[in-house]
Amino acid sequence: MDEIKEKYKEVKGKYDVIIIGAGLVGSIIARWLSKYNLNILLIDKEPDVSTGTSKANTAIIHAGYDSPFGTLRGKLVVDGNRMFYQMCEELEVPYKMCGTYVVALTDEDIKTLEKLMENGRKKGVPGLEIISGEEMRHREPYINPDVKGALYAPTGGIGDPFMLTVAAAENAVMNGTKILLETKALDFVVEPFSLHKKKVSGVVTNRGTFLADVTIASAGLYCDELMEKLGIKYDFYVRARKGEYYVFDKAKKLQVKTVLFPCPTPVTKGILVTTTIHDNMILGPTAKEIKDKEDTSVTPMGLEELYEGAKRLVPKLELTDVIRTFAGLRAGGFLHDFIIEAPPKYWGFINLAGIESPGMASSAAIAEYVVNLVQEQGLELRKKNNWNPIRKSRPDFSKLSLEEQGRLIEKNPLYGRIVCRCEIVTEGEIVAEIHAPIPARTYDAIKRRTWLGTGRCQGSFDTPRVIEILSRELGILPTDVIKESKGSNFLTRLTKEVPERGLND
Amino acid sequence: MVKEKTKLICIACPVGCEMNVTYDGKTVLEVDGNKCKKGINYAETEIVDPKRIIVTTVRVVKGLHRLVPVRSTEAIPKNKIFKVLDKLCEIELDAPVKIHQVVLQDAVETGINIVTSRLLTAKSE
Amino acid sequence: MIEKRYDVVVIGSGPAGLAAAIAAKKAGANDVVIIERDIELGGILLQCIHNGFGIEIFEEDLTGPEYAHRFIVQSKDVGVEALLDTMVLDLTPRREIYAINKRNGMIKIDVGAVVLAMGCRERPRGALAIPGYRPAGIYTAGTAQRLVNIEGYMPGERFVILGSGDIGMIMARRLTFEGAKVERMIEILPYISGLKRNYVQCLLDYDIPLQLKHTVIDIKGRDRVEAVVSAQVDENWKPIPGTEDTIPCDTLLLSVGLIPENELSKKAGVELDPLTGGPYVDETMQTNVPGIFAAGNVVHVYDLVDWVTKAGFLAGRYAGKYAIQQRRESERKLRVIAGNNVHHVLPHILDPLSLKREPQDLQLRVQWPVEDRIWINVEVDGKLIKQQAERYARPSEMIKVILSPEDYKKVVGAKELLIRVEER
Repeated sequence: MDEIKEKYKEVKGKYDVIIIGAGLVGSIIARWLSKYNLNILLIDKEPDVSTGTSKANTAIIHAGYDSPFGTLRGKLVVDGNRMFYQMCEELEVPYKMCGTYVVALTDEDIKTLEKLMENGRKKGVPGLEIISGEEMRHREPYINPDVKGALYAPTGGIGDPFMLTVAAAENAVMNGTKILLETKALDFVVEPFSLHKKKVSGVVTNRGTFLADVTIASAGLYCDELMEKLGIKYDFYVRARKGEYYVFDKAKKLQVKTVLFPCPTPVTKGILVTTTIHDNMILGPTAKEIKDKEDTSVTPMGLEELYEGAKRLVPKLELTDVIRTFAGLRAGGFLHDFIIEAPPKYWGFINLAGIESPGMASSAAIAEYVVNLVQEQGLELRKKNNWNPIRKSRPDFSKLSLEEQGRLIEKNPLYGRIVCRCEIVTEGEIVAEIHAPIPARTYDAIKRRTWLGTGRCQGSFDTPRVIEILSRELGILPTDVIKESKGSNFLTRLTKEVPERGLND
Repeated sequence: MVKEKTKLICIACPVGCEMNVTYDGKTVLEVDGNKCKKGINYAETEIVDPKRIIVTTVRVVKGLHRLVPVRSTEAIPKNKIFKVLDKLCEIELDAPVKIHQVVLQDAVETGINIVTSRLLTAKSE
Repeated sequence: MIEKRYDVVVIGSGPAGLAAAIAAKKAGANDVVIIERDIELGGILLQCIHNGFGIEIFEEDLTGPEYAHRFIVQSKDVGVEALLDTMVLDLTPRREIYAINKRNGMIKIDVGAVVLAMGCRERPRGALAIPGYRPAGIYTAGTAQRLVNIEGYMPGERFVILGSGDIGMIMARRLTFEGAKVERMIEILPYISGLKRNYVQCLLDYDIPLQLKHTVIDIKGRDRVEAVVSAQVDENWKPIPGTEDTIPCDTLLLSVGLIPENELSKKAGVELDPLTGGPYVDETMQTNVPGIFAAGNVVHVYDLVDWVTKAGFLAGRYAGKYAIQQRRESERKLRVIAGNNVHHVLPHILDPLSLKREPQDLQLRVQWPVEDRIWINVEVDGKLIKQQAERYARPSEMIKVILSPEDYKKVVGAKELLIRVEER
């Protein structure tokens, strides 16, 4: 790849730390590192944060009983869970500690619950309790009536991974981190260091070369491709594990109140039936390893598996209130544990791989772990005395009282126009996100932050209006407004402009 | 006389009567299946010189919207539709626009006008 | 917060809302206001630039905007007010309305009677759970219509349209007029679901192929649609393996059903009929909540705008009377039941005394089509009181049965009126 190194060799900046990948983990690492007097650069190849693996996340804050005692993820999830809720408070991101349940439908299952509880207790997961079938039926009236019992984890809950990523990245930026989107890591700058080690001195990107004392790769599905550039091969491969989901209308006949897991298998926690922070209900995810890292297509087999799996927990489930299906790809691997390490052959380089479930719940602990690794790479970490942990959220119109809504409109009339009527999102909120510390410049970026377009009509009403607002606020043509990535334009041309083909038949 | 038969769906109103039409060249001999007189008129025109009402939009400068909807006042020959559409692409009206304002007179020598379907006020700043 | 009071508030200014507001004024209500979320009156009519409107009411063949114009002018003439660019956020069972707009902020309105005329929304791709990617370039037909006719932009260049509803067919022609290529229209049923006239003047005229008994089973393209895959379906609507066909295109248009938009109605405690998705109504279009009336597509989806206007007139008249305390006597009401091959019938309950005042319409849709002569039988407490002959029955064409004042004596005192289809 020396042509690449040659083409983009112009050095555009020097930093103390570069983080590759502004997903949930990368953004939270940035936030943690921003506590120190460091020049940090966070890069991502897409026009927004949270577009890779982080985009499709069941949003469960795991309590931590599942991952085995003695593994890295087993440890980090317990520490992470403890820190998670406070982090959400500081970043003003919604969450709900509603508790999670692993449901036992057979006596065998009960034995599994006991093993999980034991594993959890060993690791220090607080408050675990096996409740009776009757108690489970009381808490969730729609649960399978054959339920024998359930493992209740009071410190489990539901969160908003998209908003968390945005908020963490914004907080990092507020505290001095630089973020460059549409900046793709193509290769590394590598220099000799010692007899047995080389030094990673920076990253070659499509925007030029950036130098750094420490480079952190938090690249989700693409971490193995990046590692190949350094000749690092793991004993496992990073495979995309596709998870498909059904999303239900908020106004549905059947509602679960918390998070319901089936008894887990070695590979996956299974197909959940859970409420979400936005009051939708979702079923999912499935778990199918696929080759194509960009194949987020939903499949008929996946959907069928979803429904069959979910019905075991909630037999009365019907698909009439489904408003959407989607699929996401977890960066899975053969090893089933987090890899967070400074590879021994390199100095100045930290790699994160295989951060799938319970990645979100562990994220704060992962960040602290990485901070230690950064220190071990020789960077002096001096705490800033003006680090601000608080990232103030922007008004969520739909959650305000009538009086507050009225006052907000008086201050800024743009809040007086509803753009997404299904989820009650106003023009004021959209404009605020477009001009936020990490600007939302695509439809999906706005959707992630405001929940616009996720309701009953799935964007039928808001799309033309959002295109117009983006065009106006960004000063671009409506035909240049995109959905998520380059090439996902909504509109092709003005009417009355006839394409070369001509109108004649 | 060469009797030919064809099936036509009348488009004169939303019912859409399915008619059997017997004709010889350009002369309609028999029509059945129609619920009213309009069906016969439709069949006669359709055999000889098919016509359609056309609707589209025309650009407006400084109006409340960028476009104003327009319609042909009557049905125009089918084979002239795209020529009329092409001509309408070239037109730009100045706001304010009145309803039934003539946008294109005697469109492509059909004798039929294209007029606006609504009034459009000027854009207020 | 600004507080206002009106005799009648109409929510929505499409054909139902405009008609209701005019009728409320004429019925004697003093302060009548239409609340419309768009910047001008007219609702969906403004983007329906095609003709076919007004054949019954005006005996003319008007375009949507022309039809709207007639009522907009009339509404102004009779003194109906309008709150434009204003969205209703809440409606309580006590008829308090909370609405917002940029100028006034939060507005609280106390009202004598409300007419719900919010229309309907379109069924989205997600509700069909069509497998595949979720690229840009998937639109419901109405959204595409808005983009083309109001904003003035093309949503794509090569289209496949799923669903043979009228909106889909109209858009097939519209897009062709604007220089796009419509590759195919795909319909899962063995017949088109829209009007036959549209099949002629939108598909046949422009050589746009129609595939019946097919559906879309996959969407290709990560960032933008690149192709859709169609497949034939069996009697159970399941795709038949081996019939897959990949159609290159850049846009998938969905015309797969309209759903009455009743989130606001639910907030007011209005009970909805699961068969229609709209409120239970009586012959005056009043819902189960006193003083809250409903008209148009929000009640059940209509084919003809003229019937929507008539429903709006009806609801508006009685809303107006309600607001000015003109109560009418009523007798024990009849339940109206859908019988054999009737999917649903409106109104759900009927006051026999209303027949003494004027004829009453029963509006129904059949469940499955019969392309042969049928009777529509009206039975009261088991006794046949009326038969209406029809040459055919299609789910896509609403059927009207008119009960006349002579029918009053056949109906008074009865409990149930059943309406059913009998083949001749």
